[in-house]
Amino acid sequence: MSAPLKVRINGQPIESPCPDERILLDLLREDLNLTGTKRGCDLGTCGCCTVWIDGRPTLSCLTLARSAEGREVTTIEGISPGTGMNDVQRAFVEKGATQCGFCTPGFVMTATALLRDRPHPSREEIVRAISGNLCRCTGYTKIIEAVESAASGGTS
Amino acid sequence: MSAAEPPREYRLLGGRIPYVEGPLKVTGRAEYTDDIKRPGMLVGGLLRSPWPHARLRAVDVTKARAMPGVYAVLTGDRYPTPFGVLPITHDETAIAVGKARYIGDIVAAVAASDERTAEAALAAIRVEVDPLPEYADPQMGLGPVAEPIHARGLAGSNIQKEVVQHFGDVDAAFALARHAIRVRGNFAGVTHGFTEPMATIAEATPDGRLTVWSATQVPHYLHRALSEVLGIPMHRIRVIKPEVGGGFGGKSDPLPHEIVCAALALETGRPVKIRFDREDVFLTNHGRHPTQNEVRIAADAEGKILAYDIQAVIDGGAWSSFGTVTTYYNGVLAMGPYRVPNFRYRGRRVYTNKPPSGAMRAHGGTNIRYSVEVALDELAEAVGVDPFDLRARNALPPHSTTVNEFRITSTSFRACLAASRSKSGWDGKFRKLPYGEGIGLGAGFYISGSNSPIHFTPKMPQCTVHLKVDMDGGIAVHCMQADIGQGSNTLLAAIVAEVVGADLERVHVIRVDSDVSPVDLGSYSSRVTFMMGNAARRAAEDLKGQLLRAASELTGHPVDQLVVGHERIEVRHRPDRSVSFLEALHKAMEKVGALTATGAYSSPPMGGTFKGARAGTAPAYSFAAYVAQVRVDAETGVFQVDHVWAAFDCGRVLNRLAVEGQIEGSVHMGLGQLMGESMNYRTTRLMNPSLLEYKILAPQQMPKVDCLLVGEDDPEGPFGAKEAGEGPLVATLPAVANALYDAVGVRFYDLPITPDKVVKGIEERRRSGRAWKGE
Ligand code: FES
Ligand code: FES
Repeated sequence: MSAPLKVRINGQPIESPCPDERILLDLLREDLNLTGTKRGCDLGTCGCCTVWIDGRPTLSCLTLARSAEGREVTTIEGISPGTGMNDVQRAFVEKGATQCGFCTPGFVMTATALLRDRPHPSREEIVRAISGNLCRCTGYTKIIEAVESAASGGTS
Repeated sequence: MSAAEPPREYRLLGGRIPYVEGPLKVTGRAEYTDDIKRPGMLVGGLLRSPWPHARLRAVDVTKARAMPGVYAVLTGDRYPTPFGVLPITHDETAIAVGKARYIGDIVAAVAASDERTAEAALAAIRVEVDPLPEYADPQMGLGPVAEPIHARGLAGSNIQKEVVQHFGDVDAAFALARHAIRVRGNFAGVTHGFTEPMATIAEATPDGRLTVWSATQVPHYLHRALSEVLGIPMHRIRVIKPEVGGGFGGKSDPLPHEIVCAALALETGRPVKIRFDREDVFLTNHGRHPTQNEVRIAADAEGKILAYDIQAVIDGGAWSSFGTVTTYYNGVLAMGPYRVPNFRYRGRRVYTNKPPSGAMRAHGGTNIRYSVEVALDELAEAVGVDPFDLRARNALPPHSTTVNEFRITSTSFRACLAASRSKSGWDGKFRKLPYGEGIGLGAGFYISGSNSPIHFTPKMPQCTVHLKVDMDGGIAVHCMQADIGQGSNTLLAAIVAEVVGADLERVHVIRVDSDVSPVDLGSYSSRVTFMMGNAARRAAEDLKGQLLRAASELTGHPVDQLVVGHERIEVRHRPDRSVSFLEALHKAMEKVGALTATGAYSSPPMGGTFKGARAGTAPAYSFAAYVAQVRVDAETGVFQVDHVWAAFDCGRVLNRLAVEGQIEGSVHMGLGQLMGESMNYRTTRLMNPSLLEYKILAPQQMPKVDCLLVGEDDPEGPFGAKEAGEGPLVATLPAVANALYDAVGVRFYDLPITPDKVVKGIEERRRSGRAWKGE
């Protein structure tokens, strides 16, 4: 048995008796009840499981929990305070960028990271950034609109 | 996005109403089935058949049962009662009985303390089989076969359903015709591709009740199937629908794993969860049927349609599912948007040893619409008339009856044609764009709710809505309609708020729970806006009446002098004299306590009396005329759809955000089927059961979509509205195919249209010596 896994999740230090083969997505959803991160494929194809590791969008279904040792994991539960929403989330609601919503936490994580790094992305940059996330409901149209709107301060 | 939005007559309806559960979804707080945990919950596992067709000689579970951590092992003999979504074709069982019918069929199930133990237990089950002949090609099942997949196959064949219809005199029409077009199409199967894999939790408790949480779009049919198969009266079963991550038809059948999960809960007395992985989802399928069809169209010299003659052979896979409906729809959904005076159809749906096909968005209408619209494009060329003019010439008039006795009420098809023609700049582009670029037209027609409910015993409305308002002033809305992302909760809340003048945040749509939600038949056949909308409006009118009577007492003005204002009830022309919503409510409550109100919807009688006359009858129909513009790289065959002008008639638009969302999503899904989605089989083995190999369109591939919403009010729709959930898909595919023809002069009859087919088509055309647009 290896030593407990030490990792920060949404700003809180966590110690977990995490087996070596534990996948980060399972650690989050099954062990820590952070169910906002979704499981769509377990294969790195849908992006529903996107979280940040040290701020970088990462597919938690392809990540061993142990590889986050000593690092900062941020999930959808950790990007907006309390009952509030961040700009991206507000824009997603307002623009109708979430239909069934299953893909949405993944898109929000991807888009929030994009706007943090590039506050005024071009449409192409938005499309490129979200191309690892799959949405079957919206045709991406309103998702792209929402990201553009969030980037321009929610006025467009 | 549409630019100019017409003025509105309503406070909320007709605007862009953000989805009421949006804030929960964007923060990860919306609860889907797999997010739920129950104390002491076990993991359910399924053993799937690796054989396409095999008689089960023995399923030995002794070893599995004895393993520590294993709480139950089930085989087919425990709950052998057959079920199925249609009462007339109950041919499924929760777990295979007697034989396995496809690779993926469930042959045993376990409940264990954790996933690993469940897997080990499944691996310890020994199954002995006699392999049976494997049927992959539906054509091979049309006559008698050595081992029919189901005993109920027609005359020893694998035919599940045959439909033969003839209205008018098709042969006479062809004899008179100046033009006869024939196209043959071959369509690969496609699947829904919703992002949330199915999941179910079941819990049986010592009070004799069973609670089932499931990712379903039709909670009521699941409720019925659980009761039938498990032998428990419906009132002792409680079905809860958490948030559902997309359905598109794939979560509309009661599915075997849902029943297995409940059975395992009954066996163990513990909560059990079955969670699908993506391969399970693909093997469960119920997607669009692989189909071969032939469409013959007879027309006069001006291109007026004289007759359709249609045949279809439909690959059903291992079970019936919705197949009887599918078989009808592949013919009768060709009845619009044109007048077809003579019509003949023969459709056969054939069992094969593949994952079952079922209902998928624009069920039964997509493939036939494709073939018809491609054929009409050919007809326009043969007649020498613009494709728009040809279609306008044949448009069904409003308030008419089709030859098979469909009742057509509102249609704004002509307005759709006018809108997409002008907005797309058609007249300056058609046959005028440079080689490799093209523009095409495709039209749509779809049911706005099926007139006949799948279950009609007992006789009851198709939807009922209950409202409850207590002294806190919150309006609780109960209804079993299933929001699966299309925004029906939002519409339900908005209709109630609109009618009683309340703020939207005052209205709470209560999660679907059969203990409190009155029956609605669920999210299929694009029925929800029309049927639930009408029921909701009636319930809200009931509540409004109670509030008005109370306000009358308070103000001393008779009810007919009162009007509902925003959060208040006003005396007409006397804005100074008004009472607030809460004042009226509290007055109304004095004698009865919390108010309750109810509303229901039943569609009116319609349709002919011949066999199958009800199939395709609907209280209204949606119409569409889409133009697509494409660019083709003639060297590689790769093409991009740049722009779709989607003119759509959904009657009055109630939530512009949702209608646009449905159209954009439909265009995406339709393009997926056209450009590459395909369930690929090696004989009966599905070769691409993952989202890595089954490709859904990426954002880069999406065209710009202009939603042109031109519908007029429908006379019976709620506030004049009709469906917008499925109809928006069908016109997409032929519009693009016809645009490809305009671009490179090649017709494509088979789907998907992959780049290699484009290259081959161009080569063949060149070889035949036919040049195109000065290439
Ligand atoms: S669940 Fe991780 S990419 Fe799909
Ligand atoms: S909103 Fe349903 S998959 Fe994106």
